[in-house]
Amino acid sequence: MPRKRLYPLEDLEDIPGTKVFTARRSRQGYYLHKFCMSLMKAENREEFKADERAYLDKFKMTEEQKQGVLDRDLGKLIDLGGNMYFLVKLASTDGLSAQKAVSTTSGMSAEEYAQMMLEGGRSPEGIRSIRDKN
Amino acid sequence: MARITAGIATSHVPAIGAAIDLGKTKDLYWAPVFQGYEFVKEWIKDHTPDVIILAYNDHASALMMDIVPTFAIGFADEFQSADEGWGRRPVPVVKNHIDLAAHIAEQLVIDEFDITLINEMDVDHGLTVPLSLVFGQPEEWPCKVIPLVVNVSQFPTPSGERCWKLGEAIRDAVKSFPEGLDVQVWGTGGMSHQLHGTRAGLINEEFDRKFIDLLAHEPEELKYITRLEYLRETGTEGIELIMWLIMRAALGYGVEEKKRFYRVPASNTAVGHVVYEAKS
Repeated sequence: MPRKRLYPLEDLEDIPGTKVFTARRSRQGYYLHKFCMSLMKAENREEFKADERAYLDKFKMTEEQKQGVLDRDLGKLIDLGGNMYFLVKLASTDGLSAQKAVSTTSGMSAEEYAQMMLEGGRSPEGIRSIRDKN
Repeated sequence: MARITAGIATSHVPAIGAAIDLGKTKDLYWAPVFQGYEFVKEWIKDHTPDVIILAYNDHASALMMDIVPTFAIGFADEFQSADEGWGRRPVPVVKNHIDLAAHIAEQLVIDEFDITLINEMDVDHGLTVPLSLVFGQPEEWPCKVIPLVVNVSQFPTPSGERCWKLGEAIRDAVKSFPEGLDVQVWGTGGMSHQLHGTRAGLINEEFDRKFIDLLAHEPEELKYITRLEYLRETGTEGIELIMWLIMRAALGYGVEEKKRFYRVPASNTAVGHVVYEAKS
């Protein structure tokens, strides 16, 4: 049976600077996310902080993902299948607010980002679609 | 018979919960946000229901990793607040109404919603922040809460139209429950926001305000907003607004709007809030 779709699936990849968290990305980020969710326990946060590398080696993450965690490069981790709701556990472990964590992926400084939000946030004009440039 | 008497929608930003827990609600940054909830805090005193059916999304606290149900009902006797990386929020335990939850699950399956039941889970800010915004900081929550968890984070998410139909099915289910309960349905999340990348911080005030304009009396066209349109127009997390549609559909045809509120920003997010009383 032909399926009726309201939009082509490829269009999920047509949003500028955006990684829609698909089932496939969820699979890619699975072990990274296992690590992130382990940080929901205080004793694990302590163990991680005491020796980050040793703690990360307990998880089946890729080397690239481990390096992304060590570098606190959340933008990179999103490219590697990460989703912000998981990554926020890492930021919280560091005592970072969600706003600061999000700002690190935006290419802006935390101060610039906070100021943009105070001024009403980022307009959707021109960043709805890569193809349509609107 | 049980009856759905009212509905509330509100954003559920984690920083709002932190502001309440840390006593910052009067701060310059937060005061204008909390001012928008003064009405509902008074209103709820005379309109405390027996049970709230609270639609929210789990933020990788209990779900999203090993199991990703599209629609799920919390079926434990009670739920603790989750430790999301900075300790559990100091809020009362959330107590379920098992008989109504079981009835709704049974009825939803008749209506072809093959609902997942969750016998153990912690509830995160998605559920506890709305309770705090409306009830403040009581020793115990003043009513039972049935958590209704919706996947809005991992694609494929349900469509807005599907959420609308779920709201209608919940309405039919509650109406056929034999005990005379006063039930509210809350839809949480939104409004526009995106939490990663070069579009992080996206706010679409025009979209958000139109959504609130139409939701009370002309919600029909909101049903057909596609997932792609939510992503493009309101950011990757703005799609949480489909949970507002569950609330609105559960209230039936006519509602009286008692309150609407919109404010930018709270952290990364546009805050929206409405209170509706059901007419039928």
